[in-house]
Amino acid sequence: MNELVGDVLMIVGASFVLLASVGILRMPDLFTRMQTATKAATLGITCILLAVAFLMQDWSVGLRATLAIMFFLLTAPVAAHMIGRAAYFVGVPLWSGTITDELRGHYDMRTHRLSAGPLDARPSATAKPSEN
Amino acid sequence: MSLQTWASWLDPINIVFAMLILAMFLAFLRLAKGPSLPDRVVAFDLMTVTAAGILAIDTIAIGHSVFLDAAIVLALISFLATVAFARYLERSSRDE
Repeated sequence: MNELVGDVLMIVGASFVLLASVGILRMPDLFTRMQTATKAATLGITCILLAVAFLMQDWSVGLRATLAIMFFLLTAPVAAHMIGRAAYFVGVPLWSGTITDELRGHYDMRTHRLSAGPLDARPSATAKPSEN
Repeated sequence: MSLQTWASWLDPINIVFAMLILAMFLAFLRLAKGPSLPDRVVAFDLMTVTAAGILAIDTIAIGHSVFLDAAIVLALISFLATVAFARYLERSSRDE
């Protein structure tokens, strides 16, 4: 029973990692590539480490596999967020079929701060009308 | 080659190894091709995740847990490398 569950989890996880790499090769745009790579690869490595915990039948190995799963689940979104933010500032082009870019105009490209309203409605950083 | 040797090749561990190596090759194609630096960073991140998966499968294949520690360390180093690349990219865009 344990062996069957482990084998199935192993194959499912490897399929997810393979799908992530197909997506990173085929997707048209950095941001679509990033979402397929991060989400599918995280789920795939989680399944593979769960398979290790099922197949090894050892408390220390199971504990380490759980630790690695928690580490991947915590760090993968953070890393993807930082790369996506940096890529948006560098000016990586969006896909030509992109319908909407909700961030356009909300980032101050010089100070890298995010604001809710449109950019020209805020007082600009150089004028400083209130501090004079 | 008899039927039994073919059946031994269809062991789930061998199938998973083949899939992960193919995944690593496809991610490497994007790493070589990628038009911008963030593309390459994302592809490299996926390659390290695949390498951690290969190390985890190695743990099952040899029946000893040393490779699992290597997988954890590889995950840690890959996270640090990605964060460092992101900081570098963002700072370089701010200094322009």
